[in-house]
Amino acid sequence: MTADVTLALDDAAAPASADTRGPVSRRPQSLRAPVGGVGPVGLGVATIWLSLIVLLPLAALVSKSFEKGPGGLWDAITVPSARATLIFTVLVSVVVALVNVVVGTLIAWVLVRDEFPGKGLVNALIDLPFALPTIVASIVLLGLYGPRSPINLNLVATKPAVVLALLFVTLPFVVRTVQPVLMEIDAEAEEAAASLGASNVVIFRRIVLPALAPALLSGAGLAFARAVGEFGSVVLIGGGIPRDTEVASQYIAKQIEVDRPVSAAAVSVALLAISFSVLLILRVVGARAAKRH
Amino acid sequence: MITVSNVTKFYGEFKALDDVSLVIPDGSLTALLGPSGSGKTSLLRVIAGLEDPDAGTVVISGQDVTAVRPQGRNIGFVFQHYAAFKHMTVRDNVAFGLTIRKKPKAHIDARVDELLGIVGLAGYHNRFPNQLSGGQRQRMALARALAVDPKVLLLDEPFGALDAKVRDELRAWLRRLHDEVHVTTVLVTHDQEEAMDVAGHIVVMNGGRIEQVGTPREVYENPRTEFVFRFLGPVATLRGRLVRPHDLVLSRHPGPDSVAGKVDRVLHLGFEVRVEIRTLEGETVTAQVTRGEAWHLGVQPGDEVHITAETNPRRPVPGAVDPIAAI
Amino acid sequence: METRKSTKLTLRVIALGYLAILLAVPLAIIFWRTFEHGFGPFRDSVTTPACQSAVQLSLLIVAIVVPINVVLGVVTALALARGKFPGRGVVQAVVDLPFAVSPVVVGVSLILLWGVHGWFGGLAEHGIRVIFSLPGMVLATIFVTLPFVVREVEPVLHEIGDEQEQAAATLGASRWQTFWRITLPAIRWGLVYGVVLTVARALGEFGALTVVAGGVPGKSQTLTLLVSSRYVDDRNTFGAYSAATVLMSLALLTLLLMTFVNRRRESNAR
Repeated sequence: MTADVTLALDDAAAPASADTRGPVSRRPQSLRAPVGGVGPVGLGVATIWLSLIVLLPLAALVSKSFEKGPGGLWDAITVPSARATLIFTVLVSVVVALVNVVVGTLIAWVLVRDEFPGKGLVNALIDLPFALPTIVASIVLLGLYGPRSPINLNLVATKPAVVLALLFVTLPFVVRTVQPVLMEIDAEAEEAAASLGASNVVIFRRIVLPALAPALLSGAGLAFARAVGEFGSVVLIGGGIPRDTEVASQYIAKQIEVDRPVSAAAVSVALLAISFSVLLILRVVGARAAKRH
Repeated sequence: MITVSNVTKFYGEFKALDDVSLVIPDGSLTALLGPSGSGKTSLLRVIAGLEDPDAGTVVISGQDVTAVRPQGRNIGFVFQHYAAFKHMTVRDNVAFGLTIRKKPKAHIDARVDELLGIVGLAGYHNRFPNQLSGGQRQRMALARALAVDPKVLLLDEPFGALDAKVRDELRAWLRRLHDEVHVTTVLVTHDQEEAMDVAGHIVVMNGGRIEQVGTPREVYENPRTEFVFRFLGPVATLRGRLVRPHDLVLSRHPGPDSVAGKVDRVLHLGFEVRVEIRTLEGETVTAQVTRGEAWHLGVQPGDEVHITAETNPRRPVPGAVDPIAAI
Repeated sequence: METRKSTKLTLRVIALGYLAILLAVPLAIIFWRTFEHGFGPFRDSVTTPACQSAVQLSLLIVAIVVPINVVLGVVTALALARGKFPGRGVVQAVVDLPFAVSPVVVGVSLILLWGVHGWFGGLAEHGIRVIFSLPGMVLATIFVTLPFVVREVEPVLHEIGDEQEQAAATLGASRWQTFWRITLPAIRWGLVYGVVLTVARALGEFGALTVVAGGVPGKSQTLTLLVSSRYVDDRNTFGAYSAATVLMSLALLTLLLMTFVNRRRESNAR
């Protein structure tokens, strides 16, 4: 038998030639950066960065809103003008989110399942509201729906104008969340349903829609959160009439202008609370739905 | 030579390596063999410096490298999924180690040419990894690892992502490469056939510990633990004892220490024949015999047979030279 | 599912019609109104001193914001994708926060932090003016553009895994060499896309700037503030249209770049 085996085992002594120390007591978890990462220094930098840019200003905001105590905060929010603007903003954002759910799905459907010349162009155009400055959106809408409207449709300072502006800026949200899901949908499930006698409407309602539901929820939530805080696109065409067409962001801007920072902070915090809760609810619902898959 | 002493490694609560010590001799081709979770990959990565042990030391060629990052250990590492630099050509991939060491261009070009020749990718300089097959990518990865003249070559299941035929080719090719280049090589695999085929020494691991170390023949024929026995080859049970199915001798007549039973099924699988037998004691035993032996015996389902476990190697034919003893 | 030809057509008409009356037609009208009397009036309107300094200010802000976001965004993305630390979810949420905050609220928060009566108000006493000055505008723009680079780079880092970086380490590359030669090339298209989105958003920032910037023509007025000021204060509708057209063209250019980069990203992923 061959005898050149020099492999040592667990308790055998290590050969004298090797530079070995005795077993070392257990070290603390290594802080050495994982390969390709930035290590604790990088993490620290990122944390400081995020705190300075995002968290600190928001902390100052929340702190200011409580300057007159929780009672003061509540008062500032429930003052008639503030309450009116918050209610109007939420209402109009919900309407916009719902319209987007319907129209966004429709547009996504056409983009995924239809073919026509120029489809690529139309597809790219959907992202325009993402790329366009909001104030320009306001100007653009004024072209067709303002005082110089070629079809004499002047919607300035009306509630529909606000809805219009918000629809403009929230257009991409539902479309872009639904599109990928539509593309991934199992065509065979639809075919199976058809072979079992289901009409198109039934197939849509029972096969397609449930599959799209998480995307719709997510897109609607994003659209809502965006609409609720929107300023630039509304400011020119909406008119900002208090208790009529004034949205929350306009109210807050005015409060700052007239040097009422606590009131501005209070309504801001209310607005944040609204969009955060909606996004949170959606995340919870979405997670639960994802578990089912 | 690589010396691993008392290495323990935790991932959270999970103990991947439990006080492992091992010496790998210079110039050897050693396989770390075990099932997933056995700690073999963890051990390899600890040797490479890609993981830090929670206890213990690693010494490579007399230098304690436990606290040294992989960059400073002068190793070559080959990954299961190649880890090719996708945005670089084959030439730049292989040249990478030399480029960052700022070697002169002429030297780099010569070395790249040499290595691509050795791995059989001559002329592929300007291709990109995504234009290569899996086997070619792995050969490129080997060339890349060898370019900086590492003291140790570490391979993490290098053939795992390739199809069977390419795997066989590369196994043979690795053996030849090792014969030529003689770098201390450590190979991680879960495939015992691969380990036995390629390596000169096998380290069998299980549950974070080393079960046995030896040559392929040793671990196969003289397993120290039941785990090694089961992992290295097929297993049959006779009277509660573990035996290799091909060490079972069948006969029509009872012998000393034989077990009687009745044939259940006879499976003809090409060269080998498997005979499933139900013993009188109720055990199911599967014996493996050659076609010739099966023909001689002429067993049919329902026949009575007697099984003996042959634990000693068969006596060589008189006059023949035992090829193993001659090494 | 097989839809009838007529259904398909109906859906297509509704979709395209909606997009037309919401997007395409209004856009076309503005373009038309801007150029209906030729290029001259347009050129005159956008080369006024006020407009020129507005363009310069907008570009200056972009020039400051983009490098900062690239460096810190990549660091953050690396920390999120490659790090193992508790609270990753929190960091992830903070990165996404700017999407849920109204621009006006951003402006108000910054005033409350950096303004004369704010937490860091002391700076004003040392002559460092943040609000109504360039630093404030930069901070507001960084706030709203913060998520873009991180969100585009992080998934790429996840997707490619760190094996190439491990390989580079075993071959002797230092951390910096690994980052420069391996990581950066791998994320380049995600990074470019993130930069494109950042630039578009930065040029388009309005709400926060109305609160935080002085809006003084020629000094603290960006292109977006100029559009608004011309329409509202000067009643210069044509001037507003012209400036808006400049921004619109930049937006269309952005769209083009986005499409182009997306195509490169997809072919790269193969």
